[in-house]
Amino acid sequence: MPQLKIPTPLRPYTGGQAVVTVRGGTIAEALADLTAQHPNLKQHLFNEAGELRPFVNLFVNEEDIRYLNGVATPIGEADLLRIIPSIAGGGHSWVLMGTHGNFLSR
Amino acid sequence: MTLEINAATLKLIHAHLESAYPEEGAGFLLGTDGDPRRVTAILKVDNAREASARHNRYLLTPQDMRRAEDAADEMGLTILGVFHSHPDAPNVPSGFDRAWALPWYSYTITRVDAGQAGSTRAWRLAEDREAFEEEGFVMSDQ
Repeated sequence: MPQLKIPTPLRPYTGGQAVVTVRGGTIAEALADLTAQHPNLKQHLFNEAGELRPFVNLFVNEEDIRYLNGVATPIGEADLLRIIPSIAGGGHSWVLMGTHGNFLSR
Repeated sequence: MTLEINAATLKLIHAHLESAYPEEGAGFLLGTDGDPRRVTAILKVDNAREASARHNRYLLTPQDMRRAEDAADEMGLTILGVFHSHPDAPNVPSGFDRAWALPWYSYTITRVDAGQAGSTRAWRLAEDREAFEEEGFVMSDQ
């Protein structure tokens, strides 16, 4: 069965497992199986609308699924899947208000 | 929850963030997990956002993450989190920071005013993803 490698910050939700064996013929099915096995992982992988969070990147044998067929990408028994997060963030958009340096978030 | 960092490593972080000013700078925090979490090395990363967004946004790509994982493995360390700057803005997480945050990681934010790195605070995402919780931030001599 396909193996899915979990990044360090998500391993507390897989009982510390770095690699989880998953069932499914597509990425979507594999993710559904992963979150069925480890329900607490779901909120960190998917937003409230059920879409993958923006920092979640999925690779099948080194190929980004964005360049394949997304979550519909078929997977085989011997495939190695990997979640590799991208990291983003940044400050507020600030507007200087008045003469006393009070800041107001846009 | 306390994040401990030695003075020399914090100096490296400040130098990187000051060189990125007025854009946001960022990189990975490497070290050993425990209580406290000890940061002993950093990996500076170029901000991958487009130039027009770099004053208040940063992006580290999956390729950056893989390089950081490899570097951490070589050094026998763990990626503990991410550092970044808020140029001329408070060092508290934004809604955007929270939307993109991973659990477990420590996120440090350094305020950089007029090119000078100032205070740094450390945060971790709450379990329900609704907020960041501040963690202790301690500088050590070693």
